[in-house]
Amino acid sequence: MIDIANTKIDFLKSRIITFIFSSILVVLSFGAFFVSGLNFGIDFKGGTLIEIETENEIEISGLRDNLNFLSLGDVQVQEFGSKNNLLIRVEQQSGGDQIQQNVVEIVKTSLNSYLSSEVNFRRTEVVGPKVSGELIQSGAIAILAAVFAMLIYIWFRFEWQFSFGAVVALIHDVILTIGVFSITQLEFNLPIIAAILTIVGYSMNDTVVVYDRVRENLRKHRSKNIIDLLNLSINETLSRTIVTSVTTLLALLSLFIFGGEVIKGFTFAMIWGVVVGTYSSIFVAAPLLNYLDVKREWNTTSAVDSTR
Amino acid sequence: MIYFSNIKISSILLVIFIALMFAIPNFFSKDQLNSFPSFIPKQQVNLGLDLQGGSHLLLEVDTVEIIKERLENLNSDVRRVLKKNNIQYSNFKNTDDNLKFVVEEFPAEIQKEISELSISNSQNILQMGDQTNLVILREENDVSISFTDEFVKLAVSNAVAQSLEIVRRRIDELGTREPSIQRQGSSRIIIQLPGIDDPDRIKALLGQTAKLTFQLVDTSTNYDPLNPKKAPVGSEILPSDTDDSFKYIVKKRVMVGGENLVDAQPGFDPQTNEPIVSFRFDRLGASKFGRVTQQNVGKPFAIILDDTVISAPVIREAILGGSGQISGGFDSDEANDLAILLRAGALPAPLIILEERSVGPDLGADSIEAGQYAAIIGFVAVILFMMFVYRYFGFLADIALIINLFMVLGILSLFQATLTLPGIAGIILTIGMAVDANVLIFERVKEEIRSGSKMINAVENGYKRALSTILDANITTLIAAVILFFMASGPVRGFSITLAIGIFTSVFTAFTFTRLLISIYAKSLKPSLVGMKIND
Repeated sequence: MIDIANTKIDFLKSRIITFIFSSILVVLSFGAFFVSGLNFGIDFKGGTLIEIETENEIEISGLRDNLNFLSLGDVQVQEFGSKNNLLIRVEQQSGGDQIQQNVVEIVKTSLNSYLSSEVNFRRTEVVGPKVSGELIQSGAIAILAAVFAMLIYIWFRFEWQFSFGAVVALIHDVILTIGVFSITQLEFNLPIIAAILTIVGYSMNDTVVVYDRVRENLRKHRSKNIIDLLNLSINETLSRTIVTSVTTLLALLSLFIFGGEVIKGFTFAMIWGVVVGTYSSIFVAAPLLNYLDVKREWNTTSAVDSTR
Repeated sequence: MIYFSNIKISSILLVIFIALMFAIPNFFSKDQLNSFPSFIPKQQVNLGLDLQGGSHLLLEVDTVEIIKERLENLNSDVRRVLKKNNIQYSNFKNTDDNLKFVVEEFPAEIQKEISELSISNSQNILQMGDQTNLVILREENDVSISFTDEFVKLAVSNAVAQSLEIVRRRIDELGTREPSIQRQGSSRIIIQLPGIDDPDRIKALLGQTAKLTFQLVDTSTNYDPLNPKKAPVGSEILPSDTDDSFKYIVKKRVMVGGENLVDAQPGFDPQTNEPIVSFRFDRLGASKFGRVTQQNVGKPFAIILDDTVISAPVIREAILGGSGQISGGFDSDEANDLAILLRAGALPAPLIILEERSVGPDLGADSIEAGQYAAIIGFVAVILFMMFVYRYFGFLADIALIINLFMVLGILSLFQATLTLPGIAGIILTIGMAVDANVLIFERVKEEIRSGSKMINAVENGYKRALSTILDANITTLIAAVILFFMASGPVRGFSITLAIGIFTSVFTAFTFTRLLISIYAKSLKPSLVGMKIND
């Protein structure tokens, strides 16, 4: 039996170091984002994506050269999971939505004549400029809306200090996720937005559990030094934080390893988010309360809901 | 918190039983289900296009074209009024949203006559009371005429409704399995076609407006390649469907249009064995066609589809029977598609394909297999881990987790929600996160015991203390899921659905089923055992 409930780790002792560590990661993320940018998939950039499967292994460079003769602009060919599965991406053609439709036909004809064996077209996606523009906009709005909704919810349930700390941790997580996608240049598409929203939910979930305990301890130990009190709260919830993170990661790892190529990026984002979200609850959200002058005198009405 | 009335116990079990009943059909094939007694539900989870294979198309009605066409109709009417009243005008031109010309004088009564034009001109039930549909602006000598916003809105809305109907008819003609055709927003149409992974033919069918007209060929002059734009007044130059180098000059006046067709069928010409489409006019069309052919025997007339001349046969004799045939170098598949298009009718405006997503059936099947595999392995890993950490309580949480998964599946089946690949990911994520409520409770119970509470009291207080934390923690995830639901469409939306259902079921089972099990366990402990440390 593992018992991690009686720990007395001084999490706040190294708070300056962890703040600097987080700040460096945030700056790195910004740097990567502005230098190399996100590798937008066709959801946000527009264009055509075709996944094919063939009986024999294909030599990618030959196929790539062949497709580049079609003068469709940038054509990327990459292996997708196995040597018989290829992903072909064609950049968005200039000339509006209707033009994009021609690409599929041109590429399909070319593939059928270039490859001697039977080609199985597993997936075809064409996103025109209008839709990709809308998707990027609604994706950004959704993330902002989610962060804002969390801000309001925590403010409503706690106090502004908690709400501020939680949202800083949240923004930290979102920036680091965008940063890791900028650095690795993994494809950033619509499911990644879904993953980020889930990360927002998960990270907040983790933070709320710690904050709930902080609030409870603020009532219980009115004279206790705030740093000791925060340390106590983190330690008391540590066992839960670890168990839940581990079970979530176990499920996500299984999805990452066995769930197929199509949702690998999505799963990767969530695994990253769970790790970062757990870290930020302990090392960002909770220590921040030390600087935010939280209310010590909780009135009786708000005390009711913790003992309900 | 640990005392349950019998009613409570039976209602908890009943809810779980109902959820199980709705989940069960998913584990059997359709044939097996049919042999089951009738009281067992037969609805299975609805698979999204990414799992069963199929095509998703997002189309937009070209609204600019609708207004442009109406302005073109208005153009000649306005000119007629100006001419009739001897008003000198110059620089008459059409833009995308208005007509412009320059006049020296523009008396009020002429303005009134023009403003009444649109009312008599309203072709498709666009009457808006006695109100005018036109906005006439005059700045010095420059006049611009445009449609009112209400008129534009109505014209677009009608065109979209009509397009939806035509699209539906065209797709139905193909006999596609359970297509879903829905309007989205003001001018878009979403088409979902399960089982179709190569929508080329459908795209080709939807890519044509299929506006059919019969017009006389202008025989007064021949097409001059050196002067490619010069056509006599009242005539226009149109390309040929079969010969790229050849162009026809045809009279603009439409003899009969496709709206007068009542039927069109593909077939073969008995003499040449060439594929043809034979058609039949309604009574009005038949009489119009009869009259024109009677007056123009010996002259050619053009059969025009979407501004391209399909063929231009010479009228040998008056065609009074109201039926005829089109031939012109197409094969039998093309004849078949043309017949479908003519039967379904013309689109009021071109459709633009904004987005296409097609998934082949074997990729869908692979995704389901991979998803099941990942779910089982993730599930086993979580179950073992929980038992390792919480021993007996972990085992109870594991039973709750199993029930949880059945409930998610049951709710998905009951509401016929669509399960997508990200939706499967949502279920797997639920496996990992659903234990959280129980973890929060167990940790509280452990703390209570550590501080000296008896087992029963520890469970009682543990549940009480954990409640608000569990609610707060789950509401945050729920907020994210709800925002995702409203922002996303297609497969990603499926993720938000399973995530949200997972949140509800995990909180529900933690506070009912697991609590019931634990309270039974806590009460069964002998007094001597109470106060012992659990999990040791």
